[in-house]
Amino acid sequence: MRDYEMVIGLEVHCELSTESKIFCGCSTKFGGAPNTHVCEVCSGMPGTLPTLNKKVVEFAVKAGLALNCDITRNNKFDRKNYFYPDLPKAYQISQLYCPICRNGHVDIKTSQGEKSIGIHEIHMEEDAGKLVHDEVTGMTKVDFNRCGVPLLEIVSEPDFRSSEEVIAYLTKIRDTMQYLGVSDCKMQEGSMRADVNLSVRPRGQAEFGTRTEMKNIASFKAIERAIEYECERQIDLIEGGGEVVQETRRWDDEKEYTYAMRSKEDAQDYKYFPDPDLMPIVISEEYLESVKASLPELADAKRERYVSELGLTEYDADIITGNVTVVKVFETAGAKCGNYKDAANWILTDLLKLYKDEGVTPEDKEFDGDKLGTIIKMVNDGKINRKSGKKILTAVFEEDVDPEEYADRNGLAQVSDASAIEPAIRKVISENTKAVDEYKVGNTKNIQFLIGQSMRELRGKADPKTVKDILEKLLSEL
Amino acid sequence: MEITEELIDYLQKLGRIRLSEEDRQKTMKDLGSIMGYIDKLNELDTTGVEPLSHVFGRTNVMREDEVTSGDCKDKIISNAARKDEDTILVPRTFD
Repeated sequence: MRDYEMVIGLEVHCELSTESKIFCGCSTKFGGAPNTHVCEVCSGMPGTLPTLNKKVVEFAVKAGLALNCDITRNNKFDRKNYFYPDLPKAYQISQLYCPICRNGHVDIKTSQGEKSIGIHEIHMEEDAGKLVHDEVTGMTKVDFNRCGVPLLEIVSEPDFRSSEEVIAYLTKIRDTMQYLGVSDCKMQEGSMRADVNLSVRPRGQAEFGTRTEMKNIASFKAIERAIEYECERQIDLIEGGGEVVQETRRWDDEKEYTYAMRSKEDAQDYKYFPDPDLMPIVISEEYLESVKASLPELADAKRERYVSELGLTEYDADIITGNVTVVKVFETAGAKCGNYKDAANWILTDLLKLYKDEGVTPEDKEFDGDKLGTIIKMVNDGKINRKSGKKILTAVFEEDVDPEEYADRNGLAQVSDASAIEPAIRKVISENTKAVDEYKVGNTKNIQFLIGQSMRELRGKADPKTVKDILEKLLSEL
Repeated sequence: MEITEELIDYLQKLGRIRLSEEDRQKTMKDLGSIMGYIDKLNELDTTGVEPLSHVFGRTNVMREDEVTSGDCKDKIISNAARKDEDTILVPRTFD
């Protein structure tokens, strides 16, 4: 068998996190009752006119700048015409001739090293409605809530050669959109969707093979599996003397195979033309500069700064910057307690474990970084010990309690007053003569046992280090 | 551009319409003269002329990102030929 390589290009759709739709004032909120976020504009009533949402342009420019694109100064919208029940106007407003961003790139890291993936263009468009098949009536139910929700379509160059590169790119796009606050990119809610264009060719061949397109695959894992499967399928087909047909295929994640949706013979003729209802959008130098100035620090820059300025390890910085919600907790907690390294340690060893144990993501269950900062400060100031700190952390995680109040209420305040600790330790020494005697003749390991007994006597409320110091002092006086 | 029977078939399919024989002949004739006019325009040398898509001269007509509409489900679905309580019903779609 010959050696093949896969060639992949991606079209990624991200729903923008605006309050209202792209061309009307309806809410974009996910999960509303059917057809409650719908008006005469987004349901395509005759005579209605669209008005562009400012925020969509701002978000598109932000995304374009963050993905290293040239921003188109003279923009307009075009109509993409087709009939389908999820599209009440019978055309989708999109950008064909003048997409708002072009010629960008995303730098990714994989096990094969670093690579730059080209971005062909990014354009603004509106989402379509949702169709649900109803088994009872045999009809299809149409919900227009999603109709007109703003989308960015990010079109890559055919630069991918492995599923690993695809996942690295998608992760980077998602992180960037989340850092910018322009899209929450939740694949499970459909606010990030990817179409995969894939072909194979014998390694070394310059021209591309015939490609197939796989639409709307719903998770990173599924994308990876779909790519592996489709690549195998195409190679088998060619090796068996057949030919790849250019077509749209759907990935079935349960049965793990792709099947043809419609062949190119039925290709749609979209009859694109400029939308006369929407005036052109001109992006001025001033506007561009103001958006540039408003760009937040992105993952790469943060990671670098966490290592060089805050003293985090690269590994820790990687994990924290990999999730924008965790970044927020980290930065708030660090600022509050004044010790970023401690904040990182608490997040990595304790907080992320709580998330993992409960099987939820940081986005699903928000954690107040300010409270983590308070806990760390309490521990560092010797007001509570680390064990109590962990207990409070869990309580904040579960019930969002106030750390100081919780410590008071549960008597977690640490006994740091030597006059309160000493009697307890003296009691332990007098009750454990055997261990003390052994310690005196050189079995120094017994100190741990004596510390443990003392902590128990103090009901865990003392700082173990203070206990150890006093214990050693008293033992040496014996 | 020549208006052929095949082109009419294709346009019918794209437009989801079915023309009567009479309308078909009329459409072929009308489209023929429209396209003839376009062909005439195409004789002009437009090298170096930017395509014009809008004639009003207005740009950047935009609105603030505020929720100002929605919540009129009954009115919206009352326009549909078939509906249930919350949605518009259409013949089953496959994809």
